[in-house]
Amino acid sequence: MKRRINSMLLSGFSGLVSLLWLIPLVWLCTTAFTPPEYSMHLLPHTMPSLSNFKYVLDIIPFWRYFINTVEIVILTFGIQFITVSMAAYALGAMRFRGEKIMFLLIFIQLTIPNDVLILANYKTLAAMRLTDTKLGIMLPYLGSAFGTFLVRQSFKTIPVSLSEAARIDGCSTWSIIWRIYVPCSKPAFVSMGLMSVSYHWNNYLWPMVVTSSVENRPLTVGLAIFAKSKESGTQWFYVCAATLMIIAPLVIGFFIFQRKFINSFISSGIK
Amino acid sequence: MNHPEKAMMRRSGRLQLRNDMAAWLLLLPTLIFMLTFSIYPIMRSIYLSFFRLELGMRTPEPIGIANYQYLFHNYLFKKVMRNTGISVLLTVIPTMVIGLLFALAVNRRSRMIGLLRTAFFYPVVMPMIAAACIWKFFYMPQLGLISKTLAAFGVGEQNFLSSRSLVLPALAVVYIWKDSGYLMVFWLSGLQGIDQQLYEAAEIDGASSVRTFFSITLPLLMPTFLFVSTMALTNSLKLVDHIMVMTEGAPSNGSTTLLYYIYLNAFNNFDQGIASTLTTIMLVIMVAVTMLQYLSTDNRIHYN
Repeated sequence: MKRRINSMLLSGFSGLVSLLWLIPLVWLCTTAFTPPEYSMHLLPHTMPSLSNFKYVLDIIPFWRYFINTVEIVILTFGIQFITVSMAAYALGAMRFRGEKIMFLLIFIQLTIPNDVLILANYKTLAAMRLTDTKLGIMLPYLGSAFGTFLVRQSFKTIPVSLSEAARIDGCSTWSIIWRIYVPCSKPAFVSMGLMSVSYHWNNYLWPMVVTSSVENRPLTVGLAIFAKSKESGTQWFYVCAATLMIIAPLVIGFFIFQRKFINSFISSGIK
Repeated sequence: MNHPEKAMMRRSGRLQLRNDMAAWLLLLPTLIFMLTFSIYPIMRSIYLSFFRLELGMRTPEPIGIANYQYLFHNYLFKKVMRNTGISVLLTVIPTMVIGLLFALAVNRRSRMIGLLRTAFFYPVVMPMIAAACIWKFFYMPQLGLISKTLAAFGVGEQNFLSSRSLVLPALAVVYIWKDSGYLMVFWLSGLQGIDQQLYEAAEIDGASSVRTFFSITLPLLMPTFLFVSTMALTNSLKLVDHIMVMTEGAPSNGSTTLLYYIYLNAFNNFDQGIASTLTTIMLVIMVAVTMLQYLSTDNRIHYN
């Protein structure tokens, strides 16, 4: 009996906290769909209107930013997919001299986040004349220590006999990677993909440092500029509409594929 | 040794070499990116920390450890380190505790699990910039939701983001809201790794749920604890996006933390020498944090 009361209390309390945690999202949605006015409301009290979105789409080059972000996200993952598969095969299915050096490099990259090295990396980009380019935003992330390690763990579980049989049938290392190892490790790539996409969709500091033109700016940088501009100082309606448009793809994706997302984030913890 | 054996060894040596070369060829793309954008910048930062290199200087001028001496006697640097320490304390402990409570709440059989998990985790998948935009308005004096709520309880006017004493806690709240769900998932995977038989045994012995928590759950979560704490520390140190949107270091550098200070020196003051020195200091801190986890994993508690 005591246990049941306890459990009910716990449920009630955690329910309350979850509502508290949802307040920012509720307010964001309410405000984005409410015509501009001079007070804040948590819950809708007028007919929903799209006027804020229209205003935002008029005043900021949203679609340009959106396409930039999509390009960056897709290309980054696409290239990571190739570099990671190759490196993971070497580290997971081969034995060779100097293996330890590679693991040390991976360990270093996992320990020191890219954000800390913004100045030196910016100088490297400048020397390559790649500042204010999408390629410049992507370059530091194209060799992914995290992805390599994650996929390597999955490659290690694939029995060697499989690739030996393929080799006897005349398969080269290259086709063993793409025809056997990669298709057998779909879950690892899905995890890596979700992590990579959400990281680069949400990344701010590095793209902000690198870009200086509308042509290359991703959504996060565009939003920050809009939110900091003088005009938007008290116009939270417009900022909310813009914010909602930016978070919508990932948040909706998360609502649908909740379990996949959470599992991928768990795998991000392996070090 | 007769000839055929020698020939075989030579052949196996050649095979080995071919194998090594194939492996390194596969690693080459990753290796190039890692060397260029992780290893080289680390070395460059450490190297330049011993030089003076300001705007307009063509070549760096070697000055030994003068940059470090300058910083350690600099009022602003001390303030920045203090801010960093305070915000780490204000964010790491609450996110870890709340993350654990979330995990415990989600790790039960209940119809609400779906709702709870969604509510606790969705802030993780949005950009910190978006979170900052929302909370900036929440904190607005008079009009903001928080001010309005406080006013309803009779608490006077507060301008959170321009108050020296309130700005760091206010930023910490945003961070806690955003990151607790992230830590929740690691606690959760730790909890699910605990053998259920232990709980059954405890129930047969008539242990209370509080006792069970402190005698079984908590000790068995020790490895997870070490891992989560490193993760929380690193995340907390490297996050500056919300500072950039909400305060830009205001009031009078009251919310400037180490990474933001690196950014200011590098891209506002164009002082590469000082920025590199600060980067090196941050590298040392990050390595120390990881080392701490590494050293403590050797004598961590294993019950399973």
